[in-house]
Amino acid sequence: MNLGTRKILDRSFTAVGIGSIVLMALALMVVVVPIVSNGVGAMFFTGTVEHRKMLQSEFKRGEPRELAGEVAAAERYRARVYEMLAGFEAEMERMKPEQKAEYEEKYSPVRKTLQELLGPLPGDPAPMLTRFKYGQTRWEKAEERLHDLLYETKWDTSNPDVMSKEYFVSQATGFEGTSLAQLFPYVEKNIRKILLPKFTIYWGFLTDSSVDSHFFGGIWPEIQGTFFLAIGAMLFAFPLGVIAAIYFTEYAKPGFFNSMLRSANSTLAGVPSIVFGMFGLAFFINTLKVSESKSVIAGALTLAIMILPTIIRAAEEAILAVPKTYREASLGLGSTKWNTIATVILPAALPGILTGGVISLGRAAGETAPIIFTAAVSVGSAIGLADVFSSPTPALSWNIYNLASEHEAAAQIRHVQYGMVLALVSIVLLLNLSAIVLRARISKKLKG
Amino acid sequence: MLMKADARQSPESASIQKATRDIYLPPERRQIAGGGTPHISAKDFSVYYGEFEAVKKVSADIFSKYVTAIIGPSGCGKSTFLRAINRMNDLIPSCHTSGSLLFGGEDIYGKLTDEVLLRKKVGMVFQKPNPFPKSIFDNIAYGPRLHGVNDKKKLMEIVERSLRKAAIWDEVCDRLDKNALGLSGGQQQRLCVARTLAVEPDVLLLDEPTSALDPKATAKIEDLIQELRGSYTIMIVTHNMQQASRVSDYTMFFYEGVMVEYAATAHLFTNPKDSMTEDYITGRFS
Repeated sequence: MNLGTRKILDRSFTAVGIGSIVLMALALMVVVVPIVSNGVGAMFFTGTVEHRKMLQSEFKRGEPRELAGEVAAAERYRARVYEMLAGFEAEMERMKPEQKAEYEEKYSPVRKTLQELLGPLPGDPAPMLTRFKYGQTRWEKAEERLHDLLYETKWDTSNPDVMSKEYFVSQATGFEGTSLAQLFPYVEKNIRKILLPKFTIYWGFLTDSSVDSHFFGGIWPEIQGTFFLAIGAMLFAFPLGVIAAIYFTEYAKPGFFNSMLRSANSTLAGVPSIVFGMFGLAFFINTLKVSESKSVIAGALTLAIMILPTIIRAAEEAILAVPKTYREASLGLGSTKWNTIATVILPAALPGILTGGVISLGRAAGETAPIIFTAAVSVGSAIGLADVFSSPTPALSWNIYNLASEHEAAAQIRHVQYGMVLALVSIVLLLNLSAIVLRARISKKLKG
Repeated sequence: MLMKADARQSPESASIQKATRDIYLPPERRQIAGGGTPHISAKDFSVYYGEFEAVKKVSADIFSKYVTAIIGPSGCGKSTFLRAINRMNDLIPSCHTSGSLLFGGEDIYGKLTDEVLLRKKVGMVFQKPNPFPKSIFDNIAYGPRLHGVNDKKKLMEIVERSLRKAAIWDEVCDRLDKNALGLSGGQQQRLCVARTLAVEPDVLLLDEPTSALDPKATAKIEDLIQELRGSYTIMIVTHNMQQASRVSDYTMFFYEGVMVEYAATAHLFTNPKDSMTEDYITGRFS
């Protein structure tokens, strides 16, 4: 190959390499940017007076006197709305039956939307669920409700060849000539005075329990559950994995049995996580009966089995990477095999072993499938350390799935789901970052 | 020491007559108090890697407190023979031996021999300096700690004594807590010698200790061997014939696993009996 071709090949390879890295960075951006921007919205948002009311009565947070002032100020503008509603209801009573039925049909969604926007209206029975006790707590949701109040959504199905089109019709036109017609411009004009939106920083999202299946409150039980499960899994898997790695590298005699064990370990690393979940249910709960039903300990054990092969492999590789000369030096000084392993080989292999451990910890924190049947519940309060043997726990990974797919009002609390995703991603990133720092520090200490 | 008394064997007769040995020792090297007895005795001793016989039926006595050099071309089995003495070859699974190899009258490969005790008595310094990634102090104290010395003051004494013996104390005394990997190659190798001395062995095996060092550091190691001569039985494997003639009292010449010639160094280099030895030391092959 001549010099020119070689140079061209070199350059084109460099270009391809840079291109793939840029592509990867872009893909990462596409994933991370929405997670961060939406997830941050769970803690930093424009909250309404309803949010502050909720904080005060559910968590006893905020200044009661200040809140009372705000509520009174909002109430002044709301009173006019309530008056208009009462006036229209009285007007309907006076109408002819067929006309009344027609208006009643149009009025009930308006009333319902107002309930969602402002909370229970005067004369409503006290709601059972916490979610109905308050109006919209977040300004962007309030704006959506306002839109629903002002415009009726209709679908244009005139052309069967294309998908039906959404279009909006002003609600006010439907009530033309009645006393309710003035309600719509009034609410539109005074919505800020009615709801008093204010920039809110809600750290409680990370430290509060959830209220009414994540409608309000925070995700502390999920964060705590994730930590319990991941750390519990590590407590089982890390010592076992390191011991197994020492056996493989230092004690096992090469042969059929040993190579079987190794390939079993590799196979285990490739088993889909849902299979581990089923195994955990069948083995730890149904057979060993480590707990009555789902529990943190059963989940931690299942996760431990899942991450064990990774830990074994990382530790094995780290131990094999320790220079043979250290071994010789130690044995040459009259050290026993075990002493050599404990005082020379393990310390030198520590950075690699710890890196493998922390990455596995991150994986255990993020896995969903193994804990579905063994540990996770969708709603629950934070459990104490003593309860890990008996009670299940919510966990970030499972609750993200739950909020995305099974929650009855998932669309209304997307911000909670994004917040959970951000929390989980941050935890995993933080763990991996600490692994890198830990590794660098120990390596530096070893190199001198 | 290494095993129960009833399992001992009597030492085999020396392969070199004592009288011959004394004649060929130069006058200033002749007498070492308490030296000259067979310390390590090989009788028809072979080392195999699987089927391959790397050391072939070697019979020789290594004399106590003297320096014995092993020379020979690459792959002639000299390192294998050296590593057989403190059973470093045990690390290679396919390695096995035949014949007998005695240390102080006890069979090194006996069933009852404790290789850990053996290695405490027979220290080794390797080709490449291999300090642990620990502080200088911890490197030296590693052996004594293993053997039960935990008193800080006593450890400090041992560390200082060992470093002084290895002629490196002056260079490192003010940075004992620094990582040993920060030292230069020559210093590291002397540190490794000090680390071995700290266990107070009887025998010192040096496996090409200067092959990774520059000439200046090599000279220091050679001086060190001269210092230690008379206190320890020293065996040194080397590629460098000048080095062998400078530092050793006796020299063995190995060729393809066979010990071709073994005599006092001065004699072997000036008056080789075997034509192969002559060819090698005159540089006709290497």
